[in-house]
Order: sequence, then C-alpha cells, then structure tokens
Amino acid sequence: MTTRALIAGRGGHGPPRPLLLVATLVGAAVALPAIYLLVVVAGDLDGAADALWRERTARLLGQSALLAGAVAASAAALAVPLAWITVCSDLPGRRAWAFLVTLPLVVPSYVGAYVLVATLGPRGLVHEVLAAPLGIERLPSIYGFVGAWLVLTLVTYPLVLIPARAALRRADPSQLEAARGLGAGPWRIARTVVLPQISPAVAAGSLIAALYALSDFGAVSILRFDSFTRVIHQSYRASFDRTGPAVLAAVLILLMVVLVALEARVRRRGGHHRTGPGAGRPPAPVPLGRWRIPALLLCGTLVTVALVLPVGVLAVWALHGTETLPWDELRAATGNSLLTAGLAAVIAVAVTAPAAWLGARHRRRRVVRAVEAAHHGGYALPHIVVALALVYFGVRVVPWAYQTLGMAIFALVLLYVPLALGVLRSTVLQIPPSLEEAARGLGRSRMAVARTVLLPLARPGVLAGLALVFLTAIKELPAMVLLAPTEFDTLATVLWQQTNLSVFERAAVPALVLLAISAPPLALLMGRER
Amino acid sequence: MRSLRSSLVVCSLLVSSLGLAACGSDDEDSSTTPSASGGDVELTVYSGRDEELVAPLLDRFEQREGIKLKVRYGDSAELAATIREEGDRSPADVYFGQDAGALGALAKGGALAELPAETLDRVGPGRRSTDGRWVGTSGRVRVMAYDKRELKPSDLPDSVFGLTDPKWKGKVAWAPTNASFQAFVTAMRKIHGEDRTAEWLEAMKDNDTEAYDKNGLIRDAVAAGEVQIGLINHYYVSQKRAEEKDPEAYPVALHFPRGDVGSLINVAGGGVLASSDHQDEARRLIDFLLEREAQEYFRSETAEYPLAAGVEPLDSLPKLADVPQPDLDLSDIDDLEGTLKLLERTGVL
Repeated sequence: MTTRALIAGRGGHGPPRPLLLVATLVGAAVALPAIYLLVVVAGDLDGAADALWRERTARLLGQSALLAGAVAASAAALAVPLAWITVCSDLPGRRAWAFLVTLPLVVPSYVGAYVLVATLGPRGLVHEVLAAPLGIERLPSIYGFVGAWLVLTLVTYPLVLIPARAALRRADPSQLEAARGLGAGPWRIARTVVLPQISPAVAAGSLIAALYALSDFGAVSILRFDSFTRVIHQSYRASFDRTGPAVLAAVLILLMVVLVALEARVRRRGGHHRTGPGAGRPPAPVPLGRWRIPALLLCGTLVTVALVLPVGVLAVWALHGTETLPWDELRAATGNSLLTAGLAAVIAVAVTAPAAWLGARHRRRRVVRAVEAAHHGGYALPHIVVALALVYFGVRVVPWAYQTLGMAIFALVLLYVPLALGVLRSTVLQIPPSLEEAARGLGRSRMAVARTVLLPLARPGVLAGLALVFLTAIKELPAMVLLAPTEFDTLATVLWQQTNLSVFERAAVPALVLLAISAPPLALLMGRER
Repeated sequence: MRSLRSSLVVCSLLVSSLGLAACGSDDEDSSTTPSASGGDVELTVYSGRDEELVAPLLDRFEQREGIKLKVRYGDSAELAATIREEGDRSPADVYFGQDAGALGALAKGGALAELPAETLDRVGPGRRSTDGRWVGTSGRVRVMAYDKRELKPSDLPDSVFGLTDPKWKGKVAWAPTNASFQAFVTAMRKIHGEDRTAEWLEAMKDNDTEAYDKNGLIRDAVAAGEVQIGLINHYYVSQKRAEEKDPEAYPVALHFPRGDVGSLINVAGGGVLASSDHQDEARRLIDFLLEREAQEYFRSETAEYPLAAGVEPLDSLPKLADVPQPDLDLSDIDDLEGTLKLLERTGVL
C-alpha cells in the first residue's frame, strides 16, 4: 500500500486543531518580515511602482535566480554522493569524513569569499606561487558569478548533506535488500530505491541552499556579483528612503514562493517511509570496491578546499597579526555566541515540530500548505531586511523587549525556522503513520504518542535540525548588531568589527574560534548517531 | 530515553555557555524609558564609528561627566536605517557617524534636533550641516597614497584628473564600493558636473584602475608594490605609519593635490536625536567631542584632522589651511543615489 493511498484515506479527518493553531502562530511570527514589507510598500505605492518598473529589476531577478539555481544544483550534486558515501558505504573512517565534510557550514560566506580572493584573486597565493613564476600575468577573474557561485556552493552544500544523511540513516534497509535480492544493479537501486527515499530531504535542503544564496550578502559583495541583496544594501546606504529596498525585497519573496512551490512538487511524488517495523536497523555497509579511491578523493578534495584552505589562510593571518584581541573580550563573545546559537537551535526545532508533522501527515490540506509556506518567512531576504522589520515591530509592539537578549533569540529563531522545517518534515515522512495510529488506537494521547513513538524515531532528524540551526545561527550578523542588547558582542560581530577596520590579521582569531567552537557540538551530535 | 539525553547534552552546553556569557554581558536593565528625574542619566549612542577607535574616548566622557553611555556599534548606514524604522520611539539619544552622508540622510528625514549655535560655531563653516542638525567632529582627507620607493612628489599629478594619463595605466587603485570614495564622486559631480565625472570614471576604468573592496587593502597593495597610487582617506596611512617601528621607512606617502576634489575634506560627526528625552546630556556629549581633550584624541589616536579647539593635526600631515579645498559645502554632497546610478551606468560598480 502506498503512502498516497494512506494519506488519501486519512483525508477524512482534519488536522488536529491545537497543533494547527500552534503552527499557524509560528508561521505568522516567521512571516513578520513579509508583513513589514507589505506595510512599507502599501505606504508608498507610487514610489514602489517607480522602484519596481526599472530595467534593473528584471536583470537582478535573472541574476539572482541564476545564482540560486546554480548553487542549489551544485550543492545537491555534491551532497547526495557524499551522504551516501558517509552513511551507506564501507569508506574507511566514514564517521570522521562525515564530520569533516559537514564542518564547512560554519564558514561565514564573507570569510569564504576573502579566502577565495586571497588564494585565487589577482594577487592571490596561486598567482604568486604558480602563475607569476610561469610568467602568467593575470589569472582568469574570480569576480562576478563564478566566484560567488563557488563560495556559496562550498558553504551551502552541508545544508543539503545534513538532511540527506539523516534521511539515509532513517531509510529502510529492507527495501534496498529486497531490490538487491530481486537482482537490481547498484545504479538501478540508487535510482529506484535510495533516491526516492531521500528526495524530500534533498529537495528541502536544496531549497534552503537556494534561499541562502538569494539572501547572502557577504560573498556577493566581496566578489562583486550584482544580486538583489547587494543592491538592497546599497540603497539602504544611499538614502533615507525605505520603499526602494522594500520593493526589491518583496520581489525576492515572490521568487522564494516560486522555489517553495517547486520543492513542494518534488516532495509530493510518492511515499518514503519504511514499511517494516519502526525500530531502525543499520544497513550493512556497501563495499565500494574500485570506487574507493574516487570516493576518498571526493571527500579529501572537498575537505581541503572548503575547510583546510580557509583554516590555513586564517591561521597564516593569525600568525602574522601583531596585536591580538583581549582574551576577556574573546571569551565573552564566545560565550555569547554559544548561548544565542544554542538557544536558537533548541527553540527553533521545538516550535517547528507542529508544522513539520502537519506538513508530513496532512499535506493535502490547503491550510497546512499555507502554514508551511509561511514557515519559510523571510529566509530569502537579506538579513538586514529581516532585522529592520523586527526593529519596526519590536519598538512598536513590544518596546519592553526591544534590544534585549530575548529579542535577539527571537530574531534568530525566526530566521532559521525554515532550516529546521525541511529536515524535521522529511524525518516524519519516513515514519509510517500506522505506528502512530496503532499507539493512538491503544488509547495513548497525542502528546504521549509524540513522546514515546515519534520522538525516538525522529531522533536523527531532530539532531540534524539542531545542528543545522546552531551552525548557521552562530555566524549571524545583522540581527545581532541591530537587535541584541547594547554592548552584547558575539564572535560574528567581533569578526565583523575587525574586518571593518581592514585588519584581517585580527579578524582571523575570532574566525578561527568560531570554527573551533562549532566543531564540538557538531561532533557531539554526530557522535550520537548510532 | 535517548532523545531526552541528547537534549540534555545540548542544554548542559547552553548552561556552561551561560557561565561564560555572564562575564561579558552586564546589562542589568535594558529599559529604554527615560529614568526618573534627578537619577543617573544614561545615554544611548548609536555609533557607526568602530569600537576600537572611539570606545576609549567615550569612556573618558563617562568618567568626566558622570553620565553613563550605552553604545551600540554598527555600520553607519545600517544604524541610520534602524533609527528610521524606530521613528520617534528610538532608544538612541545620539548618533555618531562615519561620514556626512548618513548624517545628512538622518537630518533630511527629520530625525535630528537642531544644535545650539555655540556648538555649531566650534567648527568652521562647511564642517557642519547648513540647517544646524549635525556637526563634524573630526576630518578625513581624500589623498593619493603613493609608493615613495617608485615615485617622487613631483611625479604626481596635481589633480585626480591627471590619473587618466596612459603612464598610470594599471598603476592606480580605487575602492568603488567604499562610502568615502562614493562621497568623493558625489563631490566631483557637484563641482565638475555629471558629464565630466562620467568621462573621468570611464577613462579611469579604461586605464585599468584596480578595484579593491576596502581602503586598507589599497594601502597594503601600495605598500606591497602592487600598485603605485591609491585613492583613499589619509588616516589609513597615518595610522599604519604610526604603528611602524621606523615610520620614516614606511613605503607609503601622502600626496594632497591642491584645491582639487582629490583632496576633499569629509567629516565624521554627530547629532542629537529629536526624539531623545535627554537633550541636554546628549548635547553635552556632542560638545565634549569638540573639546580639546577629544580633539587631541582624534589627532593622536585615529590620526584624523581635529576640527575645533585649535588643535593642530599630526606633524607628519599638512595643516588644514594648507590643504586648499574646492568650493563646496559638505551639506551638498547628499545625493548618493545619483552617484550610485552613475557608478552603475559607467560600469565602475
């Protein structure tokens, strides 16, 4: 029996009211930035029309869509094989590789961009060491699309990798074994069994990678690629007028709606949960055989380019630096970073759970789809727009909470709920509804079912969600600068202050600390993998 | 239960970080309402100037005046945008910004209160807004930073317009995304007109002028011999020079083209928010920034040009009077939008 039939059969019962209410509230909160944009645009319709109907808008739309699409595609192309190699194969040291290839997520895009310029730039390392001695005057330019695409791919593929690995770990090995028993070859198994099992997770991850690319400012500004974000930032600088940037941001939201709809389509194709008993069982590792060397090469190259290289360049800068930051400051900033990102991760995962469950179990319902879509809120927006939206509402609606720690955490949760949504939902999709139904049939309450049936089964997804939000939130900048309590520094704000002073040597230390403190929670979470 | 255990792990991580964080944050109360009359007044400052550079100075104000300051450091433009969103509920009392542009935008939007004449009169005309809503606290001069190992002062053109000469092909650097550079282009448009500015930008581009992201990077590129001339603000070189063991040996020197837009003086400055409930205390902070102590601080610590209290600039810099200025009022260089359009149209941005 397919899931389609199962779900269709359940169409008669509506989604549980309290759950829907919670999800709606969360969705509404996450959609605040979009509401803010409506307020601004509605306040100045003529100006908005002027700002919209420019030739530039169409060009930017094309450029941004191209970048988002390219980043999503290449991130998925990297993440899917990596996920399979590190979960299903007999790759030597696959746990360690899994950890190392996930870690580039914590490299802020602007650090990645600086490193790219420092290595492949017109006067970068490669030019100095290789090209110049060979008499090559100029390397091909990294500025523009290529550079931005490269950097964004390298910092976003873990956004696909984490959910894809979680999905593979929850996948039902009996399906795979059955296919193999029926004589299917490895490619056929990959296409007909493995990919359908992980496609919702990959689609959700790719969506997030695409939205990340749309919202990114660091890489596009340093690598000089004209995207919406860059122009939005420029127009904030240019004038006191807020309609112009708001209109461009609103266009970004429309672009996001299109992407969300595309992703939902991928997800609607077929069922993904195991048919066997609920208890997970690790699949037997697949021998790589002659693919072992290419697999090792893939992992090794990625770790070198996306992790060793940035860390190396940062380390060189750090050693060059004559002055270092006061230890006290660094320690306080480290604590603040851990605190904010940690709280944001736990809260974001908790508040997203209702929508994730509804999205998996009641996805035919229009109201559920609307609530779910609202959970993507402003993820495609430059974070400065989201932060300003919260300034606008915060100071008017909750002035007592404005610029407090609570406000900053709220901002982080709101920014990163979409990260948790995809991975949690694909996890629930893999859990057979029959288990919940059986438990309900035995008289358990919904809460009890959630606690005793869902949560244990969803553990990999929950851990993946925590990791995703934590590792992304820890590098958040605009929301912290504008909304955190005054004089509350995090590593990201310290890092930014230092690059602002053009003292890269000093920026290197907080950047390295940021990487270093992200590693243990990630290791911890991955260590809890069975 | 395993899931419970893993959330416990996460929670314990949080708790331990709380301990760390406690050392750093001491915000007992972040209420933004005015304190009861007579009690200790606390001012909130939005500073677009870097903490590293101005925090010691603001500390001195706190000690001297007994007024506590809460300073939010950020990007000049982003903080100005924040004030715009906050409207008259802004917790900020004082805005302290990097350039005349953001100050002008705030004044235009009606966010700044008028300053008393005696405050404004502390600095010369042209170093404050014409409508009296902000005042420059220190000056920064656009310069040609050049490689003195390769060039003598007499080699250098007496105007930025001379840099389009083929002999400078590929040897000059600029930072088109930088706010100071853009203010300089706005000034050029005001003085020389749209067409001549566009021509200059295109000619510079055709002359393979190297684009960098930041002024500091340009300075370092000149020091490394990658380019010979950089169009930047003077203090990037002055500060670096002062840090060197042997300042005389530092390879980058400054050239101030006389009376040219290439040596334009811009200002960092401040204003009092119209919505502030502490107008008097806020003005005291602005006044403090114009007093001898602060002006001397700007001279020696940030290597900027003092603008008030008769303080002279660093010995290695020419006196302000010796940097003749083109005929221009700083309040007039507020059309950044037009400049961005021009930079886009000419393909510089």
